[in-house]
Amino acid sequence: MTTLLDVREIHTFIGQFHILEGVSVSVQTGGITVLLGRNGAGKTTTLRSIMGLLAPTRGSITFDGAPIHGKRPHAIAQMGIGYVPEHRAIFKGLSVRENLQLAERQRGDYARKSAFIFELFPDLARLIELPGGNLSGGQQQMLAVARALVPDNRLLLIDEPSEGLAPVIIEQLIAAIQRLSDQVSVLLVEQNFRVASKLAQRYVIIEEGHSPISGAMPDLMRDQALVQRYLGVA
Amino acid sequence: MRAQRFSLLAIVGILLFLVGVAFVNSNSPGDFGITLLSGLFQGMLLFLVASGLSIVFGLMDVLNLAQGSYFMVGAYIAYDAQHPGGVIDLMGALPDPNVRFIAAVAIAVASGALLGYMLERGLLRPLYSRPIFQLVLTFGVSLIALEAVKFIWTTTPYSWTELFGVRETFFELFGQRFSTYRLFVVAIGGVLIVAIGVLLQRTRIGIIIRAGVEDREMVQALGINVRAVFTLVFTFGCAIAAFGGAIAAPFLGASTTLGSVFLLQAISVVVLGGMGSYAGTAVGSVLVGLSIAVAQDTAIGTSFAALPSITPMLLLVLVLLVRPSGLFGNTR
Repeated sequence: MTTLLDVREIHTFIGQFHILEGVSVSVQTGGITVLLGRNGAGKTTTLRSIMGLLAPTRGSITFDGAPIHGKRPHAIAQMGIGYVPEHRAIFKGLSVRENLQLAERQRGDYARKSAFIFELFPDLARLIELPGGNLSGGQQQMLAVARALVPDNRLLLIDEPSEGLAPVIIEQLIAAIQRLSDQVSVLLVEQNFRVASKLAQRYVIIEEGHSPISGAMPDLMRDQALVQRYLGVA
Repeated sequence: MRAQRFSLLAIVGILLFLVGVAFVNSNSPGDFGITLLSGLFQGMLLFLVASGLSIVFGLMDVLNLAQGSYFMVGAYIAYDAQHPGGVIDLMGALPDPNVRFIAAVAIAVASGALLGYMLERGLLRPLYSRPIFQLVLTFGVSLIALEAVKFIWTTTPYSWTELFGVRETFFELFGQRFSTYRLFVVAIGGVLIVAIGVLLQRTRIGIIIRAGVEDREMVQALGINVRAVFTLVFTFGCAIAAFGGAIAAPFLGASTTLGSVFLLQAISVVVLGGMGSYAGTAVGSVLVGLSIAVAQDTAIGTSFAALPSITPMLLLVLVLLVRPSGLFGNTR
């Protein structure tokens, strides 16, 4: 296995607040890595720093061997990173189709990928002409993930996909993310430990702007003391 | 849904009121027709300034106070290129006044685009994180543009004397002579309203603009270079305003007050229609244009000469009292 994304000791400020004080995350090619940690630990800030939406002041980020820190968000996205943000960021005034077409990086991306996308999320095919704003929370989340699948991405950053969704919808999403992870690597932020443990093969714990520990997911699940200490769940 | 119905009712109500006043004031069908045509003429010119203002504001959160200056500069350049002497002398190269007018408009549009590009790339770009600085900057640019115009063309207003094709013809309806040129401008404005609307709805750049109005950050995260889109949209907006000035010049001439007058009216159009809403800008332009024409007609023979210039503001206040986000605005 090779390292696809290597985040080393990054420091990120939001305004005057020192949010990340040396976070390191490594994502291997293939499979799902999850960022775990309490609210406010810096998980979303880590994803936003990778995406270039926040600028780390120190440390380095390399994607597929090339440094990407300091690049602008669109340039980082073009290297093959898809972003599914917290709260989905669906364009409410655009139809589902337009939301998907907007994500094209090359002409014809949408046409090539639509069969795979509708197989993962059959609901979207039915809703294709509706404005994004008319979709339910679960449908919007599916659209947000689908949008990241339109171009040929090699890594998806998915932030809190299960947040605020009904259990039955969460099950559908888990199934979809499991399936798509055959084709693209995923760095996931997930508060719901049950969802995280079903999906991820590897984990990184973020704690107060640091990343004290990481490893294989099955090891973490066996170590109740560790789970209790960093996540407060057992 | 309810908000939409209200907007529709308000638009129909205002239209009926304006048309009604125009009708009561007129002595003949011809007179009535003149008021309506001049209202639509004014409305289309306003649209050409307001559309750029509105789209740029919606997408970039920049209120371009220099937008009126581009209109004014467009008028001066078109005037200059059409008439003998001046900075651009085309008399020898293009003796046919019709061809010369087309060239004059093209030069005005190209100059507007170039000046718009320079303003965005050179001055505005470093200030995207500082909204107040942008306001001061675009206001400063409008002052510089005004002084530059005075320096090149003096402060004396020019009225258009070189006649050409549609400018000198008239058509007759209800025993009244109408200028074909006004109809020509109204037609061009109508075509542009539809064309830009289709561009926004159907093309990729249109989808990017509409998405960018909602959430710029997400558009970037999808791999789209938003800054390049900003430059394109800003340049286009300035070119359209210069185009408006150029086609207005044969009727309104070129004068230093054009910029501030049209900027003020265009701002009331954009606020009336709802900030960043394209449909609102189109409808708002027509309403404000008609209201000015009706007020002009009403003010004739009375001592209330200021009525036409305050009417757009009155209309604005009236709508905002009931609907603070404007006719098509999002309540955000």
